[in-house]
Amino acid sequence: MSKILIRGAQVLGGEVQDVLIDGETIAATARQGEIDWSGTGLSAEGATVIEAEGQILLPGLVDLHTHLREPGREDSETVLTGTRAAASGGYTAVFAMANTHPVADTAGVVEQVWRLGKQSGYCDVQPIGAVTVGLEGKKLAELGAMNDSAAGVTVFSDDGKCVDDAVIMRRALEYVKAFGGVVAQHAQEPRLTEGAQMNEGIVSAELGLGGWPAVAEESIIARDVLLAEHVGSRVHICHLSTAGSVEIVRWAKSRGIDVTAEVTPHHLLLTDELVRSYNPVYKVNPPLRTEKDVLALREALADGTIDIVATDHAPHPHEDKDCEWAAAAMGMVGLETALSVVQQTMVETGLLDWAGVADRMSFAPARIGRATGHGRPVSAGEPANLTLLDPAYRGVVDPAGFASRSRNTPYEGRELPGRVTHTILRGRATVVDGKLA
Amino acid sequence: MMRHLISAADLTRDDAVLILDTAEEMARVADRPIKKLPTLRGRTICNLFFEDSTRTRISFEAAEKRLSADVINFAAKGSSVSKGESLKDTAQTLEAMGVDAVVIRHGASGAPYRLATSGWIDAPVVNAGDGTHQHPTQALLDAFTMRRRLVGRDEGLGKDLNGRRITLVGDVLHSRVARSNVDLLHTLGAEVTLVAPPTLVPVGVETWPCEISYDLDSVLPKSDAVMMLRVQRERMNAAFFPTEREYSRRYGLDGDRMARMPEHAIVMHPGPMVRGMEITAEVADSDRCTVIEQVANGVSIRMAVLYLLLGGNDSAATAPSTTRTEESK
Amino acid sequence: MDAQQYSDDARPVLEAPDIARVLTRIAHEIVERAKGADDVVLLGIPTRGVYLARRLAEKLESITGTKIPVGSLDITMYRDDLRLKPARAIGRTEIPGDGIDGRLVVLVDDVLFSGRTIRAALDALGDIGRPRAVQLAVLVDRGHRELPIRADYVGKNLPTSLRETVKVQLSEEDGRDTVLLGTRTTS
Repeated sequence: MSKILIRGAQVLGGEVQDVLIDGETIAATARQGEIDWSGTGLSAEGATVIEAEGQILLPGLVDLHTHLREPGREDSETVLTGTRAAASGGYTAVFAMANTHPVADTAGVVEQVWRLGKQSGYCDVQPIGAVTVGLEGKKLAELGAMNDSAAGVTVFSDDGKCVDDAVIMRRALEYVKAFGGVVAQHAQEPRLTEGAQMNEGIVSAELGLGGWPAVAEESIIARDVLLAEHVGSRVHICHLSTAGSVEIVRWAKSRGIDVTAEVTPHHLLLTDELVRSYNPVYKVNPPLRTEKDVLALREALADGTIDIVATDHAPHPHEDKDCEWAAAAMGMVGLETALSVVQQTMVETGLLDWAGVADRMSFAPARIGRATGHGRPVSAGEPANLTLLDPAYRGVVDPAGFASRSRNTPYEGRELPGRVTHTILRGRATVVDGKLA
Repeated sequence: MMRHLISAADLTRDDAVLILDTAEEMARVADRPIKKLPTLRGRTICNLFFEDSTRTRISFEAAEKRLSADVINFAAKGSSVSKGESLKDTAQTLEAMGVDAVVIRHGASGAPYRLATSGWIDAPVVNAGDGTHQHPTQALLDAFTMRRRLVGRDEGLGKDLNGRRITLVGDVLHSRVARSNVDLLHTLGAEVTLVAPPTLVPVGVETWPCEISYDLDSVLPKSDAVMMLRVQRERMNAAFFPTEREYSRRYGLDGDRMARMPEHAIVMHPGPMVRGMEITAEVADSDRCTVIEQVANGVSIRMAVLYLLLGGNDSAATAPSTTRTEESK
Repeated sequence: MDAQQYSDDARPVLEAPDIARVLTRIAHEIVERAKGADDVVLLGIPTRGVYLARRLAEKLESITGTKIPVGSLDITMYRDDLRLKPARAIGRTEIPGDGIDGRLVVLVDDVLFSGRTIRAALDALGDIGRPRAVQLAVLVDRGHRELPIRADYVGKNLPTSLRETVKVQLSEEDGRDTVLLGTRTTS
């Protein structure tokens, strides 16, 4: 295997270090200029050198919430294009949601996705299994079989749909304890969101679009943290989007309930005011909320109430967005812009330092998803899953340059800070100088 | 005037008064032996209806024909066509055929806005009702009817509805008529009160420029015009109110309630009326009820809107010159 | 009217007394040619043609002792140059109660120039009724016709160049009676 020497990067935004990668692992790190390999038996000789002055070195990012669309909707994304997009965004591992066609509710489907991930070589793919058969919320899928499969599924979710039956949710929470799994809930009370098109509030009243009340999310979260407490399980809440949800999770954590929560980059930046354009690129589930919610989410991510940032990368073909609002699909691509949005909303606002970003986008998601080999410290002996970014970069988002097969980004034409220059997956560069290797 | 008419909220007071004044002149054409003007000769207007509405469609069609435009009616209702891609395809087809304006009715809120702003089509777009969003020509014809009745046909020229108290009663939540009227009536200086059961008032209504009341009887004596909104029976099944009977009892307009309105006050309805539900036959057929006038006024208003959008050159972004200049005397 | 279009040195070619005098003369001519003006209907073309028509009607009434129907005929919707400008505000069309069928309609306008306004007025008349005959009275004929149209009654023939402007001001609209000849300064 080859060697890579990263010279002069700020590790986790802190100390400037040289990092030597040998094979699949980090061989050594040292304060810049003080490198002394003598006595270690190591040598930087022959290594590819990356001059990383002014750049931030992070552990490879981990996304707990990605839609890769394969099998079934290869017109919007495949495991290959999705993992290329992930690598471009600095990710070394993604968790692929189960709402494919067919649904990933059997060992066969999750193994297929897992294998496709292995073949892609750009990013580790950890399939998420469906909680219920066909995402229908009625009958538990074979959760144990998926865990036992080669894919080793530990995260289960009906994402896209809510496990709204309280009994099914309770059983799922209990059942996965046997193998250390976790249920990731898409919190959306279905009756309260029938015909819902956008956040219910001032803007929906004006635009005449069906309202999606915050309480539809919050009531499910409240129920599920209480269920988790009752049965002594851990529960993960997908894409928190309201200030009220934050309050409930904060309360649950203070009570000692084993709950973790994620927020998407778009909910950290965008508000429902954008819907005034009726441009379906802003149509997403859960919907964009208000400024007040955005600020509460940022604060919660900073103080740890929200554990992680997850992209909810949801590719859709052009025609599913190039239409009237009501007919459009919900979702946004996010893998290739996530880190930039987090830099803008969390780092440049002073809410989070780069070590905090490393925690929210790598350490914590890897821990929640039990992604072995990911979310590890940048130190000798650890797997060489690394992301290098240039925080000084400023660029306008141009979806034409995306590695994803889909272009449904809400950031087109928007200037965002930062750029991933290198992504390294187990010692192999998947992104070099901002381009896919 | 703007290039498109998408929302009543886009109209300034002067825009709105100009449309009402222009409609007053258009109304006079209806009294002539030849009810036709050559103004839009050679222009093609497409009535693109993704949702059934014979009334609105024939009103626009009458207006277009009185202005001598060529009219294409495109009824695109049906599941296969109501999908999004077809709005774009249809728009581009019409564009290729050289349509000069599109009048669109669509079940999805925002579809006319999308049509006007997505780059699918270049022609001016007139919103003939979109989902539960807007129905600006309805609001204009309502305001026109109110101005005629409450201010006067000739006295009203150049005037707005300053200080008039207008009450809208019924399903505000699902009503594009209510939204358009609140916007336009506020712009015209009227004081608007919405009356509905709390279930049929949208969350977020607090920023609207109007009052909200749940009590019809307390509002009636202070109303110069009472507009009854249509209530669909299906709403009952979604638990917006318990029964038709209870709705009528609390929010329906009957003879006794009408008697509590001031002498001069009028009763309006955008039609079609559900007699017995929101309005009794006695009220619907009374002299104070303007439903038939509203229909006639609808043609005048639509003529005015089409003239102002299409009567000049494309750069109609500026206000029309109010005095004639000497050129080509 | 776009004020900048007229130079400051515009000079009056008709003053108030002149305007009154030529209107009186036109009134007499109408009576003369119409042999009594029994069936005359005056239709002014907005804006200033309407005031002139009303003034003419008064004079005709004082000559003949009978009431002369007077109205207005807006021609905006019949113009052939609508597409050259943003949409224009529409003027009032007011046809006297007895209509125009079988009557002698005298169209009244302030300035006769290209003739296009009168062409539009004739089209508009056709949609309203069928007069016995149509005649035209104008305060000023400045020439430069673009259509085969001529006035039956002319207050003043004013040979002009295309670089010149003619502006009629009437007390009802402008606070004073005058006809100004100026030079086009812009556009």
